[in-house]
Formats: sequence, structure tokens, C-alpha cells
Amino acid sequence: MSATAASLALPAGRTSGSLPAIVGAELLKLARRPATWVLLGLWPALQLVFSLVIPYVSYSRGSSYEGSPPEALLASTLPDRLVANALSGLPLFGGALLLTLGALLAGSEYGWGTLKTLLAQGPRRTTVLAGQLLALVTVLAGTVAVSLALTAGVSALIAGAESAPADWPGAAEIARGFGGGLLVATTWGAMGVLLGTALRGTALAIGLGLVWVLAVESLVVNVAAPLLDVFETAQQALPGVNAGSLVAALAGSDTPVRTPGVVAVVDGGQAAWVLGAFLAAAVALTALLLNRRDLT
Amino acid sequence: MRHRRGQSPAMHTATGTAGPRPAPGSSSARAAGPGPHDDGDPVVTTDRLTKRYGSRTVVDALSLQVRRGEVFGFLGPNGAGKTTTLRMLLGLVRPTSGSATVLGRPAGASVAQVGALVEGPGLYPYLSGRDNLRVLARYAGVGADRVAAVLDTVALTDRAGDRFGTYSLGMKQRLGIAAALLKDPALVVLDEPTNGLDPAGITEVRTLLRRLVAEGRTVVLSSHLLGEVEQICDRVAVVASGRLLVESSVEELRGLGRLVVDARPLDTAVAVAGRLLGPDRVSVVDGALHLQAAPEETAAVNRALVTADVDVTGLRQEARTLEEVFLQLTDVDEAGPPEPAPRPRRLRRGTR
Ligand SMILES: Nc1ncnc2c1ncn2[C@@H]1O[C@H](COP(=O)(O)OP(=O)(O)OP(=O)(O)O)[C@@H](O)[C@H]1O
Ligand SMILES: [Mg+2]
Repeated sequence: MSATAASLALPAGRTSGSLPAIVGAELLKLARRPATWVLLGLWPALQLVFSLVIPYVSYSRGSSYEGSPPEALLASTLPDRLVANALSGLPLFGGALLLTLGALLAGSEYGWGTLKTLLAQGPRRTTVLAGQLLALVTVLAGTVAVSLALTAGVSALIAGAESAPADWPGAAEIARGFGGGLLVATTWGAMGVLLGTALRGTALAIGLGLVWVLAVESLVVNVAAPLLDVFETAQQALPGVNAGSLVAALAGSDTPVRTPGVVAVVDGGQAAWVLGAFLAAAVALTALLLNRRDLT
Repeated sequence: MRHRRGQSPAMHTATGTAGPRPAPGSSSARAAGPGPHDDGDPVVTTDRLTKRYGSRTVVDALSLQVRRGEVFGFLGPNGAGKTTTLRMLLGLVRPTSGSATVLGRPAGASVAQVGALVEGPGLYPYLSGRDNLRVLARYAGVGADRVAAVLDTVALTDRAGDRFGTYSLGMKQRLGIAAALLKDPALVVLDEPTNGLDPAGITEVRTLLRRLVAEGRTVVLSSHLLGEVEQICDRVAVVASGRLLVESSVEELRGLGRLVVDARPLDTAVAVAGRLLGPDRVSVVDGALHLQAAPEETAAVNRALVTADVDVTGLRQEARTLEEVFLQLTDVDEAGPPEPAPRPRRLRRGTR
């Protein structure tokens, strides 16, 4: 049997696609998918509007914000606040968008029956997952970079227009901001992928993800934690709380960030570790589910 | 017009229209196979392959063999377990027990050499036909030149730039077949490939399958369209409720024709024919004697009847279509609990 089997083998080297080839295929899929552009575009756009445009317009009309004088509003939009202004949306609404993206990417492979088509080309399941996640990390890195670049550009314009000082943060601070932002973004994205995979679809995965990010976490932090000590401790393990703490740490502590969700509950180092653990757990669980299940 | 139970007379027309079919393996000398050709070479072997979902046994101890260079038809009614079996061959579904060997390796390990279209084309609606194939070509590790080649094969080059989501059902199906051919596979597994195709499309697929076989590939095809299987397959397996009812060549399966005899007195005729052929090959339908008998047996039947003083006023051989065989086989199984073990590889004969 095996002797004849060997003679049946196709020309040597007939294997399935390599990991880089699969990443390339996934990037093509992401680039051609309107939802990618909408979700990834929304975050920097919202980021820009809420951290720069609205405060600046409000400053130029002379209004104050929560008792802080207009000058404080202007200061918050200047280049030295680059990292805070580029990332402050990530823990909450950025998280919601990226979780949605992850759930959409993973879940629709089930809805369209495309996962079986991909696997039928021959790659191992873990290779497929690795390729999809690497492609996701690539576009997320691009998005974080775009957010930093856009924020830098608009801040520079404001500083120029107001003849205000342009004290740019150092390269190390920007790099740390980029890395931290990418960690937060990837963690949200990977948790979305886990939800989409676990639920084999998009609708419920997105729904549950949004309820978690926008409702459950904020209820725990704002309602339960002040009342019960258990929740006071438990909130330190929530992904959103840690994302908020990490961004707060990256933003620097001299001026508090106004964006909801950006609160230093734990210190930055701890937050980074917890997020890393969430990321690793989400990836491992997704791989486990994918490897075990029947694909029908 | 003679009415036969459960049959529309139109089904007759399916008989005898089978076009010339290349003998299995006759043209299989192919660059891909360095070794000498062997008709008996199994490309797929399943050994008591079983899949259970909960308490439901969907595929039940299925043992069959697909030989190299043949078109193998996998036939069965809805829910018979065809798709589930094909999924197991591709490693998408894990068997509960038993095993499957594909191209000499455990199912799933050989997928890189198997082209498959299982349960409809699963492709990205927002991508163009061409981009869908580009994505899959990268997953398969084949060059971009294959994309143009398979688009051409399924005659979709003109529409390749349109989004898959805007394709008609038949175009989607054709793109799915194109995707299955990307890898230039040694084995092509197609689950109801003509689903949604118009008659011209069905003919095209048939031509395509012949070409694939002429190129030395092996094709496994599932279907419940018997006319199709009859025209294109060398051998078939019939499954129902997850169990193999028959595995044989199409000719064998169509097998014993039906001899319809108008004879008086009928009861004597039944007795005589029963003695000659065995009682379970004899039945009476609409006042005529229906015998499961090969053409060579016609003369002997006639002689026996006449010798017994039976008046024979009509005697004709009716070839059975695969359709009839299929309905008979699957009907037997679905009416009530089946007998302990349906006997594979043997035709069930006799009255219903
Ligand atoms: N994931 C699953 N969970 C539970 N039952 C399943 C699953 N997949 C298939 N089945 C059951 O297995 C049986 C066989 O299904 P399968 O799709 O293999 O049939 P089929 O022969 O391909 O039918 P059709 O001709 O309609 O395509 C059906 O009863 C179906 O309900
Ligand atoms: Mg099916």
C-alpha cells in the first residue's frame, strides 16, 4: 500500500502556501474589504476629532472645559501631548472598533464557508491562524502609526497657528507609545478573533464584544467597584481597565487625559503584562478551538 | 403507457444516452505518476469510517475504495452522509472511528494534492473572482499563472473582475470548481458540482470532468442526480443513512435488467418463473410479470413458461436506469428499520 502510495505523490515540492504567502493573501483580503477601512479609519478620525479638533475649536471660542481655562485646552492639543492625543481613544471606543474588526474577520470566515476553502488548499490550521493574526497586527501597526502621524500633523498646525511651543516628545517616548498602542490594539483585535471563532459567526460575537467593552467594564468600574471591595480588586484584571492604565501611563502623568476609559488604575508595567497575558490567552484559545473542531 | 411504481415514465430516457466514456485509466499515463499504471491502485481507501454527532450516526462504518484514474460517484439521498464523508477525506471533520487514506497518507495530510469543492463554493463575496483565486493560490502555494489558467478552464475570464457576490449561482459554482483546480490536483473531490448549473453548464462540467480524467486525475463526485452519475462515472457507491448499500461499476449496478412478461394464467407463470429464478426475483406489477433477469435469461424464461403451458403474449427486456436502482436501494433502507447489516457490494434484489 505505502509503496504504491509513494508513486502517487505529485512532483516533489507540491506543498501548500508558506506563512509569508498566507500573510500576503490575508493582507489582500483586508485591503479589499470595505469594513476594514471603515473600522480602521473611524478610530484615527474619532481620535483626531475628540482629542484635537473639539478642544481647539472650543479654545478658539474662549469657552472653558470642566473649569479649566481655555489656555489649558490649547495646551492639551500641542505637540508635547502627541502620544496621549494619538492613543487616548484606544482603551474604549478604539477597543470597541478593533474588537468588532477581529470578530468580523474571524466570524465571517464561518458565515461564508471560506475557512474550509482556505484549509482545503492544504495549510495547517495553526499556519492559517498565524497568517491571519500577523496580517491583522500589520494593519493595526499601520493604523497606530497613522494615528500618531495625523495627530502630529494637526498638532503642528495648531502650534503654528497659535505660535505656541512645539515641544515634540523624544523618539523613545514615541516608540514606547507606538508599542503600547499596538499592544492594546492587538489585544482587542485578538479578543475579537477569539469571539468570532468561538461563536462561529459575526453578529453575536460583535454584540457580546461591544456589550463587554462599553457596558460591563464600565459598570464594574463605575458602579460595582466603589461599592464592593471584591470588584475594586477584580477591576484590575479587566482588559479595558488595563488598556486604560497603560495608555494613561504612556500619556504621562503631568496633565490628566480627559478621554473616558483612560484612568491609571494600575501602573503601566503591570498593565502591559496583563494585556500581554490576555493577548496570549486569546491566541492560544483560538488556536485550540480551531485545531479541535470539525469544520462544516 | 406502462406505469411503474414510483417512477415517472420520463426516467426511461436517461438509459442508453451515456456517451463514450474513457475506460478507467486508459489514458492515465501522466507525467505526475512516475510508476507504472495500475488499475487497482487505490487513491482513496476508507476503513470502517464512522462519524457520530451526539447519538446520531451520520456515517456508519463506511469502507470503500476509489481507484486511480476513475470517476467515482458517491450517491445517496439528502442527509445520507455524503458531504460528511468528503469532509472527513479532506481532514475538515475528524472521524469518530475508522480511518481514511487519501493518496497514500492519512486523510488531511494529503490535502495539498487534493482539489475540493465541498458543500457549495465558500468564497469571499467582496472580492472579485480573480482576487478570490489569488488569495487561494497563495494559500495553496501555486503561482499566479494558475489563476488565469483555471479561470479560462471554467470560462469565467470575462467576468473575473466582478465581485463574487454579484455572480449568478452557476457562476459561483464554476468559480468554486476553478478554485478546486488551482493546485493541479491528483485527486479532485466535488460535492454536487452541477448544483445550480443550467443544462449547458452541466454539459460543460461533464466535459471538464472527462478532461480531468483524461489528464490522469481521479475524480470523486457526489450527487443525487443519477442521470449525471450514470453518464460520467465509472463506479459508484450508494449510501443511505450513512451506510454503504452498494459499491460497484455503473454497469453492474444497473445490472440485471427487468424482463416484463405478459402471460396467462398469471399464477402459474409466477410459480414457473419463481422456480427458475428464485422467488425474490419475481413480482407482479399491473398484471404483468416483472422478472429481475439478464437479457441472456430471456430465452430460458420463455422456454420454461411455454413448456408449462403458459400463454406468453408479450416479452420485453427493460433496462433499468440507475435512478430506479437507486430508488429501490434507498427505499428499501428507509422503509422501517433496516435489516441488521445491509450487505455492501451486492445488489438487493426482489420485490418490495
Ligand atoms: N455538524 C453537524 N452536527 C450535527 N449533525 C450534522 C452535522 N453535519 C451533518 N450532520 C447530519 O449528518 C447527516 C448527513 O449530512 P450530510 O451533509 O453529510 O448529508 P449529504 O449526504 O451530503 O446530504 P445532501 O444530499 O442533502 O447534501 C444529516 O442528518 C445532518 O443533519
Ligand atoms: Mg451534501
